[in-house]
Amino acid sequence: MGLSPRPAANVVTVDPQSQESWVTTKLDFLVNWGRANSLWPMPFGTACCAIEFMASAASKFDLARFGMERMSFSPRQADVLICAGRVPFKLAPVIRRIWQQMPQPKWCISMGACASTGGMFDNYAVVQGIDTIIPVDVYVPGCPPRPEGLLYGIMMLQEKVKQERMADRSLRNEMEPDPTSQLYIPPSMIDELSEPFGNSIHQTRSGL
Amino acid sequence: MSETFLPVLAGHAAGADAPDPVTPKNVPYHDGAANPSATGLAEKFGAAIVRTDVVWGETTVIVERSQVNAIVRWLHDDPAQRYDYCSDVTAVEYRDLERPIEVVWHLRSLPYRRFLRLKALIPRGQPLEVPSIWDIHRGVDWMERECYDMFGITFVGHPDLRRILMWEQYKEGFPLRKDFPLRGRFSRSEQLRQALAQNPEARYSMEELSIAEAFEDLPPDMRQRLGAGEKVGE
Repeated sequence: MGLSPRPAANVVTVDPQSQESWVTTKLDFLVNWGRANSLWPMPFGTACCAIEFMASAASKFDLARFGMERMSFSPRQADVLICAGRVPFKLAPVIRRIWQQMPQPKWCISMGACASTGGMFDNYAVVQGIDTIIPVDVYVPGCPPRPEGLLYGIMMLQEKVKQERMADRSLRNEMEPDPTSQLYIPPSMIDELSEPFGNSIHQTRSGL
Repeated sequence: MSETFLPVLAGHAAGADAPDPVTPKNVPYHDGAANPSATGLAEKFGAAIVRTDVVWGETTVIVERSQVNAIVRWLHDDPAQRYDYCSDVTAVEYRDLERPIEVVWHLRSLPYRRFLRLKALIPRGQPLEVPSIWDIHRGVDWMERECYDMFGITFVGHPDLRRILMWEQYKEGFPLRKDFPLRGRFSRSEQLRQALAQNPEARYSMEELSIAEAFEDLPPDMRQRLGAGEKVGE
């Protein structure tokens, strides 16, 4: 596991003697550099993944290195929604509302197997992947993921943020759910995403 | 509330010469020593007591379901019983379709250090109704709601019997029943559509939080804001 080396175009060399304390760079680079290094998380912790998330935020793994030590418990001051744990159907409108309350630019990390796919909870109560409710940028696998896994996901998100271009307006398009069904992707796609997989295909549809 | 509050000391009614509680050893699987309340119940209610089982030292009294409220009332009020704590209300459905559905109450007598399990049987084909004991133990409010939510058992006399774990408009049935499919009855997209259509804020209102009755006790500025029509949710 490891990151590809950073593109050379993202490196600014500073030589104070020759440049007398000024640098030239691209606005995109400067803005993305600032955004990528101050992603304020909106923690949406519902299960054991949230424990690992707390461990990531604590001193040993230290999210502050990424400029993320400021947990934003208000969605209106948050940049990245970190969904850590399973989301039951009863919470679906809640996480949808939180996502809609977050201002652009915003990103979403789906942390753990349950948030990404429903995990082992292939049952009547659990949403089979939060990407059926809100768009997700980075999926972190694991049950639960270790803090290193989450940090790797965060660094991947930082890479994604650094490659964004301000000219590309489509990046900031707000999700627009269907007004009648409130779904933002077609129902057929939701059914396809929620198909049972792995061991759960052997489970019967009914107890009788 | 004029009477003074007395803390309940566990075992104080059993008498000073009662032995100290110890972890029981060599407990027989069947036919151990029954809870003394079982004989008291049989004397008092007679035909309403169907059977008494002792399994692993725990006493289960199977009672006539129409008498549940009276039995729990007597267990609560009788000075020789004093079952003042209802720790669980739940139900059991068996895979065998011939067996009745059981509703289970776990009662605990703190003053006598006793534990008693009551069961009422609902034969198949009969309406799933049992009396509520909310008027005796206020703490069973949410437990009876959960039992209704998961099994569809109606507790007659409960003041506010509606779903508690699933949302109130949930249409798929009662999830812990044996005929309920593990993944629910509808497709995933339909389930998600119905879930997103629920209005979770509708119940987080003054009505749900019961602050309407406490309105006069609120701080003046809060009273002013709420009185001016500020509402939370839709």
